[in-house]
Amino acid sequence: MHPVVKLVTQRLALGLLLMLAVSALIFFGVEALPGDTAQAMLGQSATPEALANLREKMGLNEPVLWRYGHWLYGFLTGDMGVALTNGEDIAKSVGARLGNTLFLAFWAALISVPLAILLGLLAARYNGRWPDRLISGVTLATISLPEFVAGYLVLYFLAVKLQLLPAMSMVFPGMGVFERLQAIMLPVIVLVMVVLAHMMRMTRAAILNVMQSDYIETAKLKGLSPLTVIWRHAFPNAIAPVVNVVMLNLAYLVVGVVVVEVVFVYPGMGQYLVDHVTKRDLPVVQACGMIFAAVYIGLNILADVVSILANPRLRHPK
Amino acid sequence: MLDQVKPNLLEIKNLRIEATSYPPGEAPRKVVLVDDVSVSVEQGRVLGLIGESGAGKSTIGLSAMGFARGGARLAGGQILLNGRDIRSGGPSDLRSLRGREVTYVAQSAAAAFNPAKRLMEQVIEASLHHKLMTRAEAEALAVELFRKLGLPNPETFGSRYPHQVSGGQLQRAMTAMALCPKPDLVVFDEPTTALDVTTQIDVLVAIKAAIRDTGVAALYITHDLAVVAQVADDIIVLRGGKKVEYGTTDQIINAPQQAYTQALVSVRSIDHVEKADTASVLSVANITARYRGTNFDVLKNVTVDLSAGQTLAVVGESGSGKSTLARVITGLLPAAQGRITFAGRALSPDLASRSKDDLRELQMIYQMADTAMNPRQTVGTIIGRPLEFYFGLKGEAKRKRIQELLEEIEMGAGFIDRYPAELSGGQKQRVCIARALAAKPKLIICDEVTSALDPLVADGILKLLLSLQAREGVAYLFITHDLATVKAIADKIAVMYRGQIVRYGSKTDVLTPPFDDYTDLLLSSVPEMKLGWLEEVLASRKMESGGN
Repeated sequence: MHPVVKLVTQRLALGLLLMLAVSALIFFGVEALPGDTAQAMLGQSATPEALANLREKMGLNEPVLWRYGHWLYGFLTGDMGVALTNGEDIAKSVGARLGNTLFLAFWAALISVPLAILLGLLAARYNGRWPDRLISGVTLATISLPEFVAGYLVLYFLAVKLQLLPAMSMVFPGMGVFERLQAIMLPVIVLVMVVLAHMMRMTRAAILNVMQSDYIETAKLKGLSPLTVIWRHAFPNAIAPVVNVVMLNLAYLVVGVVVVEVVFVYPGMGQYLVDHVTKRDLPVVQACGMIFAAVYIGLNILADVVSILANPRLRHPK
Repeated sequence: MLDQVKPNLLEIKNLRIEATSYPPGEAPRKVVLVDDVSVSVEQGRVLGLIGESGAGKSTIGLSAMGFARGGARLAGGQILLNGRDIRSGGPSDLRSLRGREVTYVAQSAAAAFNPAKRLMEQVIEASLHHKLMTRAEAEALAVELFRKLGLPNPETFGSRYPHQVSGGQLQRAMTAMALCPKPDLVVFDEPTTALDVTTQIDVLVAIKAAIRDTGVAALYITHDLAVVAQVADDIIVLRGGKKVEYGTTDQIINAPQQAYTQALVSVRSIDHVEKADTASVLSVANITARYRGTNFDVLKNVTVDLSAGQTLAVVGESGSGKSTLARVITGLLPAAQGRITFAGRALSPDLASRSKDDLRELQMIYQMADTAMNPRQTVGTIIGRPLEFYFGLKGEAKRKRIQELLEEIEMGAGFIDRYPAELSGGQKQRVCIARALAAKPKLIICDEVTSALDPLVADGILKLLLSLQAREGVAYLFITHDLATVKAIADKIAVMYRGQIVRYGSKTDVLTPPFDDYTDLLLSSVPEMKLGWLEEVLASRKMESGGN
């Protein structure tokens, strides 16, 4: 078997195994909490008879492993159960929220990843000179600013003072793509500010590391211009570390943006999760936990696979 | 028709190159790397630049491309290429010259090729970048050069990645890369130094033929006078950035004027009388070894014997199993089969179950003294460690013994508080010798201990090892690929080839004909310091080298 196929298969299998472990952690972790779903639904004042009835009805008296299997099977087939608080189908409400989150993350990534890499290349090209210092300084400043401060600053200047963009990022079904884009512009700007520095700095460091290699001198001695040397000879060898950081930031854009959602009143996954944690709506928390874990594991596997594919020694064995 | 005086292709006049060094805690210092060097190269001629490391050879070679490594700068003099001073132009003028008029062949082609790109892409890159030819023309030329340089399957060779071809092939591909833009001048920077001796000769032949066929002029940089004598028309001998001697190859080899050149020409002339066999200190019987997770025998049925106070040289190319033998003897790689007897007792195969005396009496010295020492420990700490560990020496007694050891390696007690970074390459290796000696061993395994050193420094190390042996009666297992070293130091020789011992015996027996084919190839490949040696040896070889 080709070593790349073997390695990629191994990574995928490992990912699935990890996902299974995480599902067990989420399920049994919630299970270990005092009280159960029936207790949560009926409250402190429930009579023992009512509790027993509800437990029977919800299948809570079955063995725990059976319930775990049932829950996992439901999850795989798209049945995540119903929310305790409002009785809604979780799959349906999560679906809409996840769509919103991915939409926001997609546009933030589309702008921040190429920008970060470009800035990283430029900073490496002018290593130690003023463009490098400017880029490093500005990105360091934006990452050091807490997200909500950045959010309010952007709101204050772009929405209140200049009145260029709407202050609230309300989106609803049936909205046109263009309107949606306009609505999420401010949170996208804030998110780009937050993730830019990390990826840019990694790109810069990885390139500078590769620039020490002998083959960079070879390229310079061919008369290539500095940017051509970096782009054609250094960058292909710096992909692996950069991809890993890019994927970590993409994962953050999906699972970690609750503060930004709150600031801009954006109906994403983060808000949804936090709302239901406060209400102790455990099935929803479990479902969100599974989705976030899947995103994290999936993106990290993708990073691994890209790193493997970027390595010519693995792609073209002797 | 009037005779026209053709200007020299390259004319370097009074070149001075400086760098600024920043020693920690001190004021920056100006260092002169090259001082007042003048050379000239005519069209189609080859100038050899020779000297030890730090002599400024590479610095001069790169200056012909207007390039300076690190913080070095061209501080004075003129570099005229095709009659034009390359220092007068700006960065873009230099870029239009590099890769077009002058090209470069680096010492380690394995590191000088981009691992992420196919060879063809890299070989034709300069030709395309400078718009010298179309892609089709460049590829056709590259294939022709591959063929001329004796690379296998020239049509498809370029579609491979650097890691898919051998070191010798890469070095030839690098030469093709340098010749592809049809430059006026090629700078060869130690192109064969990193290769095995039997591979070196093939690459040398290929480079020589390519230079002749294309009529290109060349700067050929090396520390090996015997090598440069085979390819150069003129030679300049450099030392510490200054010219020592400059003349035709014939003059430098056959009638050197300066004492330093004479020393270089007569290097490796240590007289060593073979010692008779005494009681055996190490006996390796029928050793077979393989690395974990493989089913390939790296060592096959290896049997050697070493007497107390003697030197056994193990020679062979890279990959022949020499260093694996050392790993088996030291217990780092337990043998799959076979027995090791050391100082009259059986040695257990793996390191963990050996006694402290076994460990103490069997010491090792490595090729890279740099990486074999902790850079954050002083010389005293490094040498003191075995004294403490094996003999429990402390305080004044330990310090006194360290000073004795430093005297023994001819360095003096003043070095005791120095750090490795403050030592020269030769001094570092001496400290490693002292550390091995501190354990009072019966056997020291020396793994290519002089390979990374300049010839004259290596000579000093060999002489030290011999005098220590005479005084302390320690035996050496001396692993090397360098036959000149073997001749200088060995009492017994084992020639290894593909994991097996192909020839074994006393030095005189092994080096006296008739030879087996491999030993013949190995011995005949060692460059000799005479003109025309390359052509002679090619005519008389029995066996082709392994296709590297």
